[in-house]
Amino acid sequence: MAAAAVRSSMGLTLRLSRALPDCSNCPFHRSNGCVSGVSNLQRRGSFDSFRTINRHLQTSKETLTVPLLFVFKGLYHGEEGRSNAEDPDDVVNVVYVDRSGQRIPVKAKVGDNVMYLAQRHGIELEGSCEASLACSTCHVYVNSSHFDKLAEPDEREDDMLDMAPMLQENSRLGCQIILKPELEGIELTLPKVTRNFYVDGHVPKPH
Amino acid sequence: MTSQKKNTFKVCIVGSGPAGFYTAQQLIKARQDVEVDIYERLPVPFGLVRFGVAPDHPEVKNVINTFTQTARQSRCSFYGNVDVGTDVSVEELRQAYHAVVLSYGAEGNRTMGVPGEDLAGVHAAKDFVGWYNGLPSCRQLRPDLSSETAVILGQGNVALDVARVLLSPLDILKMTDITQPALEALAESQVRRVLIVGRRGPVQVACTVKEVREMVNLPNARPEMVGADFEGVAEALKDLPRPRKRLTELMLKTALEVPGEKEQQRRSEASHAWGFRFFRSPVEILADPERSRTAGIRLAVNRLEGSGEGARAVLTGEVEDVTCGLVISSIGYKSLPIDPSLPFDSRKAIVLNNMGRVQRAAGLYCSGWLKTGPTGVIATTMNNSFDTARSLVEDMDLGTLDVSVVKPGSQSVAALLEKRGVKPVTFSDWEKIDRVELSRGEAVGKPREKLSVTDHNGHRQEMAL
Repeated sequence: MAAAAVRSSMGLTLRLSRALPDCSNCPFHRSNGCVSGVSNLQRRGSFDSFRTINRHLQTSKETLTVPLLFVFKGLYHGEEGRSNAEDPDDVVNVVYVDRSGQRIPVKAKVGDNVMYLAQRHGIELEGSCEASLACSTCHVYVNSSHFDKLAEPDEREDDMLDMAPMLQENSRLGCQIILKPELEGIELTLPKVTRNFYVDGHVPKPH
Repeated sequence: MTSQKKNTFKVCIVGSGPAGFYTAQQLIKARQDVEVDIYERLPVPFGLVRFGVAPDHPEVKNVINTFTQTARQSRCSFYGNVDVGTDVSVEELRQAYHAVVLSYGAEGNRTMGVPGEDLAGVHAAKDFVGWYNGLPSCRQLRPDLSSETAVILGQGNVALDVARVLLSPLDILKMTDITQPALEALAESQVRRVLIVGRRGPVQVACTVKEVREMVNLPNARPEMVGADFEGVAEALKDLPRPRKRLTELMLKTALEVPGEKEQQRRSEASHAWGFRFFRSPVEILADPERSRTAGIRLAVNRLEGSGEGARAVLTGEVEDVTCGLVISSIGYKSLPIDPSLPFDSRKAIVLNNMGRVQRAAGLYCSGWLKTGPTGVIATTMNNSFDTARSLVEDMDLGTLDVSVVKPGSQSVAALLEKRGVKPVTFSDWEKIDRVELSRGEAVGKPREKLSVTDHNGHRQEMAL
């Protein structure tokens, strides 16, 4: 009984802290009934997927503090995203500004991962390494009033940010931002697309 | 039974690495009337994600999950074991599809062009990497790991990957997806010292900070750099952009700072050593006359003219010989023209294009390294491929690509391949191979044990599993 509770709380933790992607909101899944490779990864229970789960838990310091809170709250609300009842203390309103400049308000929850949240709402933010600090595809700009409310980036996050094109002072990796109440109203802007206009295939080096 | 959908855009993509898959992903997302067929020379997909990314960088390979989602879409099909240029021509593909996207990357490498380059003991980094990653054509490489010193030419991330694999403790490597034969060879390796040599200075290195940090933190290995190489570098720091600055600071610290007692002890006890050597260009690989194997390398000494990215290496006239038994040249990959009809720039080794549209060839596109040259990580290739997809979608939206012309797509290509005795590998065939690799890996504590898959004849063996 206790073991089952621990296992189910682990599951809740992983879903609520968005360490694993929630495929039910993937655009491919919605349109084509996709059987995703990632949800397969969760089901396989192989050595590889277990290590992946552990890596996900380790990538964000803040996720580790979430479990206890959400085991308790989870008992009231069931699986995240399925319940209509909303605890107002849980809600964090965020605004994404997509690559065409369109503002997209999203009603999110404490503990949501900014990268997976964007993907669930059809905002085109890639996450090729799946939140393991091994790429820069989830690069976002954070608005100045909220930038300082974020924890300092890990050295590993800074190393990957260095690879991102159009790096700015307010750049962060979306997969490392976990929503908390103080981030109410945060605005996350996706870097604009630069078309490659050079006829000879030259690509300007990112700084 | 499927009826021919008159209004379906049929797109063919050549190459199933990140460029091919990211282009496919965006096309399928952008329009519901697009069907994409991906052709791949090898029986297995994913290109350099599988065969290039280092075994100890498994997180980088997570992108395979994204590509798998794309491959499993009903409007996306994968055909492995099809060599475009040999089994089917680019022209035949252009007849069969509304649009063809060339995303086959860079399978060749730049050569040093020095005497002795063909000696035993000299390898292109691409081949050495292919060897430890199980690329079929590199399985027989048998690199000579019997000498104490290995010299790597080039200071990009591939050079550091090679250095790390040569120096990593077996305990770390044996938990990765490095192939079993490579693991066994490395277990017997006598290589203790790796020099990573570049023509220019510390501020011009092509590698990035994460990989340098991994070298500095490598267990049982100590850094050995030449302090004089860093003259003037500290002063130049303040003007550098952030990524270059953080990288240079780390190298400076590693080269010049005296570490704390604990680290000093760790370094003195380390049995392996590595170091950057700057301002050196290869002039000749020196042979051991009796065995005609590599015995050393002659390096020309350079000085720098100018500063920053544009600094040029100028010969001073001095040379220096370094004893070594293994030389790995890591000076760049290179794309090859798989079809003589392609407008190809042989100097830059890219297909000439504007925003992914191949010049003077309507309906022909390119993405990835073939489009912009062989540099960049997965994120770079992703942006590049998204750019090409945008051009394609624009052309579909504007009618530049004419969907009213019905194209047969994979049906006609399948008929050609069958006539020519080529049996494509489907994605679900690959998934069978994948499951076998995963379970064989699990048995030995590795993420996967890669099967030594070969093409054409070989692949039929694997299908019997």
